[in-house]
Amino acid sequence: MRTSFVWAGAIALGIAGPALAQSTLEAVKAKGFVQCGVNTGLAGFSQPDSRGVWRGIDVDLCRAVAAAVFGDASKVRFTPLTAQQRFTALQSGEVDVLSRNTTWTITRDTSLGLNFVGVNFYDGQGFMVHRKLNVKSAKQLNGATICVQPGTTTELNLADYFRANRMTFKPVVIEKLEEVLNAYFAGRCDVFTTDVSGLVSVRGSRAPNPADHVILPEVISKEPLGPAVRHGDDRWFDVVKWSLFAMIEAEEMGLTSKNIDKALESKDPAVQRFVGATGDIGKMLGLDNRWAFNIVKQVGNYGESFEANLAPLGFERGLNQLWTKGGILYAPPIR
Amino acid sequence: MRRGLIAQAALVAALALVLGWLWQNAAHNLETRKIASGFAFLWREAGFEIGETGGLAYSAADSYLRALAIGLANTFRVAAIGIVFATVLGALLGLARLAPNWLLAKLAAAYVEFVRNVPLVVQLFFWYALISENLPGPREALQPLPGVYLSNRGIFFPLPGSAPQLAGFNFTGGASLSPEFAALLAGLITYTAAFIAEIVRAGILSVRRGQLDAARSLGMTRRQALRHVVLPQALRAIVPPMTSQYLNLVKNSSLAVAIGYPDLVSIANTTINQTGQAIEGIAIIMAVYLTVSLAISAFMNWYNRRVALKGLRA
Repeated sequence: MRTSFVWAGAIALGIAGPALAQSTLEAVKAKGFVQCGVNTGLAGFSQPDSRGVWRGIDVDLCRAVAAAVFGDASKVRFTPLTAQQRFTALQSGEVDVLSRNTTWTITRDTSLGLNFVGVNFYDGQGFMVHRKLNVKSAKQLNGATICVQPGTTTELNLADYFRANRMTFKPVVIEKLEEVLNAYFAGRCDVFTTDVSGLVSVRGSRAPNPADHVILPEVISKEPLGPAVRHGDDRWFDVVKWSLFAMIEAEEMGLTSKNIDKALESKDPAVQRFVGATGDIGKMLGLDNRWAFNIVKQVGNYGESFEANLAPLGFERGLNQLWTKGGILYAPPIR
Repeated sequence: MRRGLIAQAALVAALALVLGWLWQNAAHNLETRKIASGFAFLWREAGFEIGETGGLAYSAADSYLRALAIGLANTFRVAAIGIVFATVLGALLGLARLAPNWLLAKLAAAYVEFVRNVPLVVQLFFWYALISENLPGPREALQPLPGVYLSNRGIFFPLPGSAPQLAGFNFTGGASLSPEFAALLAGLITYTAAFIAEIVRAGILSVRRGQLDAARSLGMTRRQALRHVVLPQALRAIVPPMTSQYLNLVKNSSLAVAIGYPDLVSIANTTINQTGQAIEGIAIIMAVYLTVSLAISAFMNWYNRRVALKGLRA
């Protein structure tokens, strides 16, 4: 029996070895599309529109990666994931990129085996309450029943906040966004908590009557939301990271999907490098030299994505404005 | 005989090979992706609150181990109460299907056919929506009995020395049943009872008609004949399939996740998500359900031996 185990181990190593030698970038190129994990439905971030086309800033990041790798933003498939499924889906290789309004924390970056490529939305956690309860501040929530989704930083911040303020609450923890919102709207909970962006999004898109719900002024946490990839594949990490930075850098350079064609003849050396007219930045990434041009041409820059997806829901740029305009969005130089 | 042995040994070896390969593969992948492994996380602070703890002490400062124990206790609570009531309701329904009263028999038959042919998770959503959407908020709670309050926060009833009182957002004091617990329990009981009813009916039908007639001719009433002649024999046919229904009920309680009751699976899912240790988390869930199921089987087998005909043990 023991010898058969050793034999089994030897075979297992032999088979496991070569299968893993292939990098994610090669695997993605070989299968012909990027598999992207997104939210099951959060307006402005990732949600199918009336024609079944996925829309949102998280979805645009996925398209940007496809544009960079294939020169075709449509070569992407979406896997809708709940908060609880998302990390296992990425760890197990079911998705290549996780772009699902996910907060960057040290635990996730280390022991969960993820690498966050950057931040595509700076957010913070807030509370939404039924207006008829007449609550003005989160400090008045002692004893409240609070609806929350499991497996989120929200769930942990909530416990921390109430502990720190010596208040108690009753959580109602339901995995599916639809179900947890139904419970809140039906009055099962006094409060619904998630990132402020999520509150604005669901109040505008899901509430039977948005005016019946108040978002309290307190923001109780930092929630930098960003795309993530698996540990241990730096090439792929670079591709996704610079796809995000290219969208931010394009906005800073004033390059949009409308004017990028003209930029091909630009005399500005930084623009020439960006669109791939000079230099070989694309090759450094293992991509076509037009990678950034394709992202901006087919998906748009960060500002265009924000205007198309988040502005209609009433989002302000706020922190998510370029550093040159009073926000904290800042991409390292593409050179 | 020898060939049989060799074939079996080959099968075991093949199985061991596959398991070994899977194990090796997983270990290697975890290592290359630098994903944490091992069970040390169980002693770390969980950091999340649990909606109902069944009277056990728990706070976000407790460990994952304690959180999982609370989840297990919640699973036990709903499963134990569910098994008792499902058995009673199922037996009554089974008897009702055989009752001489035509209307009663048809109603019981309609119930069984309807309930066992609709997926349980749909029924759970129905019960949950019924409770959370139809009942008023705590400030407008219904008061069916003095001191008992019915609202979409659950049922609050008084205990000696402690009566529920509306304070701020909700009632405090007394004892309560949450909507999630009530919906899950109602769903499990009504669903499982439909299957149990059929088992009871089949068991009773397996006792020959002549037995009942003979008992009646001895001067027993119908009730006495059922109690002393038919049921003891029917139990032999009823007990073994009943075991699987009890196991089903325990395993079906894991659908609690869908309506937000904090059972073992719900807590384990959150733990997996926070620690990223899916393999360990799933292993814990599997080990627990296996242990519980084997324990129920062992008990039911013991009981079956007691009611079985002596000397006829298979």
